[in-house]
Amino acid sequence: MNRRYPPFLIGVLAFAYAFLYVPIVLVIVYSFNDSRLVSVWGGFSLRWYRALLENEQVLRAAWLSLRVAIVSATVATVLGTLAGIALTRMGRYPGRFLFTGMLAAPLVMPEIITGLSLLLLFVTLQDLIGWPSGRGALTITLSHITFCMAFVAVVAQSRLAAMDAALEEAALDLGGTPFRVTLDITLPLIMPAMVSGWLLSFTLSLDDLVITSFVSGPGASTLPMLIYSKVKLGLTPDINALATLIIVMVSICVGVAGWLMYRRPVPQRV
Amino acid sequence: MPDSPAQSPSSDAARRLPRPWDNPAQVPFIQIKGLSKRFDDVTAVNDVSLDIFRGELFAILGGSGSGKTTLLRMLAGFEQPAAGSIVIDGVDMTPVPPYERPVNMMFQSYALFPHMTVEQNVAYGLRKEGLPRADIARRVAEMLALVKLGSLGGRKPDQLSGGEQQRVALARALVKRPKVLLLDEPLAALDRKLREHTQFELMNIQDQLGITFLVVTHDQEEAMTLATRIAVMNAGRFVQVGTPAEIYEFPCNRFVADFFGTVNLFSGRVAGNSGDTLSFRADNLPGVICAPATTCQTGDEAWIAVRPEKISLSKAPPAGSDENVFRGMVWDLAYYGNLSLYQINLDGGHIIEVSVQNRVRSAQRVAEWYDEVYVYWGKQNSVVLRE
Repeated sequence: MNRRYPPFLIGVLAFAYAFLYVPIVLVIVYSFNDSRLVSVWGGFSLRWYRALLENEQVLRAAWLSLRVAIVSATVATVLGTLAGIALTRMGRYPGRFLFTGMLAAPLVMPEIITGLSLLLLFVTLQDLIGWPSGRGALTITLSHITFCMAFVAVVAQSRLAAMDAALEEAALDLGGTPFRVTLDITLPLIMPAMVSGWLLSFTLSLDDLVITSFVSGPGASTLPMLIYSKVKLGLTPDINALATLIIVMVSICVGVAGWLMYRRPVPQRV
Repeated sequence: MPDSPAQSPSSDAARRLPRPWDNPAQVPFIQIKGLSKRFDDVTAVNDVSLDIFRGELFAILGGSGSGKTTLLRMLAGFEQPAAGSIVIDGVDMTPVPPYERPVNMMFQSYALFPHMTVEQNVAYGLRKEGLPRADIARRVAEMLALVKLGSLGGRKPDQLSGGEQQRVALARALVKRPKVLLLDEPLAALDRKLREHTQFELMNIQDQLGITFLVVTHDQEEAMTLATRIAVMNAGRFVQVGTPAEIYEFPCNRFVADFFGTVNLFSGRVAGNSGDTLSFRADNLPGVICAPATTCQTGDEAWIAVRPEKISLSKAPPAGSDENVFRGMVWDLAYYGNLSLYQINLDGGHIIEVSVQNRVRSAQRVAEWYDEVYVYWGKQNSVVLRE
């Protein structure tokens, strides 16, 4: 069918997408710039990518970011999934709405407040029990687990809520103990939600700057912190290359996560 | 066909099946005693008691919200009763969790595990029992052959049609050889042609295996054709328990009479009750309706129920007795091929429904719109209802 779209709508749409994506495209294009000056085109080159590989500081920050992201996404996926299962499968109890809401609240809490409160907590804990001693990779990971967990729980919960509860009942009826039923039926069916929760947590952890700045200590700089501090000293072209690498990684994670969530719908309740 | 006197339920010779429920020496297979369940402020099941016998195909029939599904879920163990007990084959099941009950359920949504093949679905229950691999494979194959799905064992549920999914669900529930099979609206998701076919298949399988079936349904036709006995449920209680014929021909109140098929109801008062005849004066109807004698007293408020197919229709007044003969006018008619349905506006303004079998091939009908007609029925076809 030949549909004619109103030119005005196309114009608005083009403007909106340009607004969103032109800056990102510029970063990517200039990452291949041969020139030393950030805003002057000097021909195509991969020299800034090569420079990145030789930059000890960048590599150390990237390695820390990756470690933090992998550990916190994994722990958050386990805890968040369990929380999601508990909240959806406990049936009706007083205060259910409150608990469900409270699990999602960290998602909309201003990061500056989350960061500040976590910093306070870590300082108090150190005074009281001596753990965690000082701030660094451990405190960053713990903080990332807290906000990623809320995210995974919400994703797992929505998948569980859409799943026919009769599936679990059928398995119980056929002789599976509640623990076996969770392993045999529930977990395989919400696995896509868990994987996509993991990928999104990984992404969130990888880009977090505000909370991380609050809870990190001397010598523990993540990639976003490093970029931010470098930009304060003036833009260098290798930052563009680094940004491009991060964009590619995040796009892959978010794309796979979205595909997993919408690829095959769970069997719906009748 | 001349009307013969109605058989009382206890001497129903038409069904030559053994009737264990009439034998006091027979021990019930499932005994439900004083079972109740409340959800917040709603009493879903209210002090229900029921005996079901081995090999029965028992149907619990009720509208939505009648408590029938809650009762079924208590039998499966998914809901804990607030009071009462469930005994199956002499063992009190009330405290037993669902995974240890000798009961399996076929869910309305079928609840097939989407990440497993048909074979894995059917084998799940046997694997949880810890049977040897070879035994599992043999029993799964047998069961799939029984439900005629032998060649589809490797498919995933979403590659099956609705009827095939239904049979997988049945096979999965039967493979553990449960003492009781619970079926929640087993045919509701199938289209009409498939339903009729599946209905007979279900009865055949039940016959072959001898497992006690307990079906929950809202469809009175399904209950009547499938079941040995039916319990009609309303507002958490059983209104009437009996064979399909007992419930259809001898309903205990207006709710049951109306729930099963169509019925013409006359409200009024008992005018006399002598010998073997009860005479009844209906509101808005000249003359009296005759019915078999009951324990009613003269002057009692009551209702007379008459089924449309029990009423005869003719254009001339019937010869002989003038008992239960009323004059009226054809108000509306519908032709169904095998039968015609007439709405007759009786003198006095009461509109009743009469169904006439089209027994002779003819383009002519017994009566046409606005014809004056007479309707009549034998007094044994009048059912006296007190509530």
